[in-house]
Amino acid sequence: MQKIKIDAQTRNSMSAMQRSVKKGILGLAQFVVIVGICYVIVAPILGILVSSFMSDGDAYNPMVYMIPTAPTLQKYKTVIARLNYFPTMGRDLLYTLSLMIIQVFICSMVGYGFARFNFPFKKLLFACVVVMIVIPTNTIMLPLYMTFKNFNPFGLATLIKGKSINLLGTPVPMYLMTFLGCGLRSGLYIYIFNQFFRGLPKEIEEAAFVDGAGVWYTYFRIMLMNAMPSVITVAVFSMVWQYNDTFYAKLFLISENIVISKKISSLTAVIANEDKILDTTIQQLYLDAGIILIMVPIVLIYVFLQRYFIEGVERSGIVG
Amino acid sequence: MKRRRGLSLLQKRNVKGFMFILPWLVGFIIFYARSMFMTAQFSLSTMTTSAGGGYTLEWAGLSNYIYAFRAHGTFKQVLTTSILNMLVDVPLITFFSLFMAILLNRKFKGRTIVRAIFFLPIIMNSGAITSAMELARTMMSGGISSGASEISDAAASGVDVAYFIELFKNLAMPDKLLDYIVAAVARINDIISASGVQIIIFIAALQSIPGSMYEVAKIEGATAYETFWKVTFPMVMPHIITNVVYTVVDNFAKSDVVQLAYDTCFNEINYGLSSTMSLVSTVIVCVILVLVCGFIQKRTFYYN
Repeated sequence: MQKIKIDAQTRNSMSAMQRSVKKGILGLAQFVVIVGICYVIVAPILGILVSSFMSDGDAYNPMVYMIPTAPTLQKYKTVIARLNYFPTMGRDLLYTLSLMIIQVFICSMVGYGFARFNFPFKKLLFACVVVMIVIPTNTIMLPLYMTFKNFNPFGLATLIKGKSINLLGTPVPMYLMTFLGCGLRSGLYIYIFNQFFRGLPKEIEEAAFVDGAGVWYTYFRIMLMNAMPSVITVAVFSMVWQYNDTFYAKLFLISENIVISKKISSLTAVIANEDKILDTTIQQLYLDAGIILIMVPIVLIYVFLQRYFIEGVERSGIVG
Repeated sequence: MKRRRGLSLLQKRNVKGFMFILPWLVGFIIFYARSMFMTAQFSLSTMTTSAGGGYTLEWAGLSNYIYAFRAHGTFKQVLTTSILNMLVDVPLITFFSLFMAILLNRKFKGRTIVRAIFFLPIIMNSGAITSAMELARTMMSGGISSGASEISDAAASGVDVAYFIELFKNLAMPDKLLDYIVAAVARINDIISASGVQIIIFIAALQSIPGSMYEVAKIEGATAYETFWKVTFPMVMPHIITNVVYTVVDNFAKSDVVQLAYDTCFNEINYGLSSTMSLVSTVIVCVILVLVCGFIQKRTFYYN
């Protein structure tokens, strides 16, 4: 009897020890994986940041690693001048933010329409939203290019000016497409909003209706306010993607003076041409400074919004 | 009794609802439906642009298709490699992001910072930045000289990859599987940077699993392993489809075949051929999507 009791006790304490060892090993494994992957993500950014402060001598000195011996801001000065940084960035932010606001309004409206109303062919139309997500823009790029090159809605342009209008080279095509709910990844945003509105209780709207609120009033003042988590999610996504987008900017030949990420791709050529710096290793330092410069505003906004963003993602309708 | 004239209250409401989606509907018809039709039309004809900015189409039958598949130098190869790469990448990205989402969903110190770092790749996802990052990465892992191949990257950091490969070969692991794993490890960086949005979707999915289910599993004495396969995995399953669709589309948009179509269009000014390439690759991707989704859907468990 005594023996059995002792056996059980040792077994219990053994298993407790085993468990804690197991837990410790798992925790360590988790720590290693997370730190490792964070390193993979952060390392190149750190590398770019460091080399943007390097002087020409440091770039060729094999002893220099992570800490430049003669840090300099000269690269930044040149790049700011060549990019015409502040005015261009201002225009780009204006362009991006205005498109973002349009995206949020239009996509939430469409998502709400699909979530709360019944009309003929609703299922079919929603399938069209899914088609929009799935079809890559490259499939329709040529017709879009042609449409905006000879822009002639219902022959109106011919009627007024005598010939079709060429909208390429201006940001108008992008605004037009976004306004009609077909902007950059609009399908995805419509989907997110639709999922979110479907999850909200119907009683809110019924109460508003009983109190005499119209459909539009209900939508703007009540539903949109309740949809803040997904509004933030969509706002962050649309801003970041719009800011980084070069595909539409290239397709519609939107000026470099509006889209700064387009300007960065020609930066090394400009530096080579204007400052007569032909060494590719040194050119890379200038490019690194340029990249840091264009990343700064978006990272600032992200750091500011990231708490709301991650909370918003968890509560918003990404999950159906 | 007279028939009531006009619309009922419900009908009126539905008309208003239609107003909500009207802008999108107009946009969809003008920009998407019409464009898809035009792409199909272009691919079946020879297009010549005129000086005034207009263009004329000349019926060419299937000649563009025949040219793309029979005579074009690289189209077939690029198409096959793009699709094979996609088929390799999609499961990797899906499982990696599920794994990371589970890790990030746990409570540990510094979780906020780690999460912020994990979503950085979504922010820095533009062409110019990516190429500069690639260079910075090789510089970080041992200077320019060692940037020759991804394997040598790892070798520079003191890990003898060949030794490990040999080791696993001696354990009689199938060569194909080994190749797959080695390739996956070598491209860990591409995988991480492509799985930002997927991780977000999975985290949201994990958050939506009711905690009571885990309690029950614990009371019944399920191990962590069993809990994962019996609770977490089935509950996350519906979102795997969302993620697979997103990954396939994202991967396709960045693939070489799309780039080839772009170059054919704007560098070689061969509009008909470019449309053919786009259309063929899109149709193939859509077929893959339908097949994969059908396959997963059969195995999916829906809670509600």
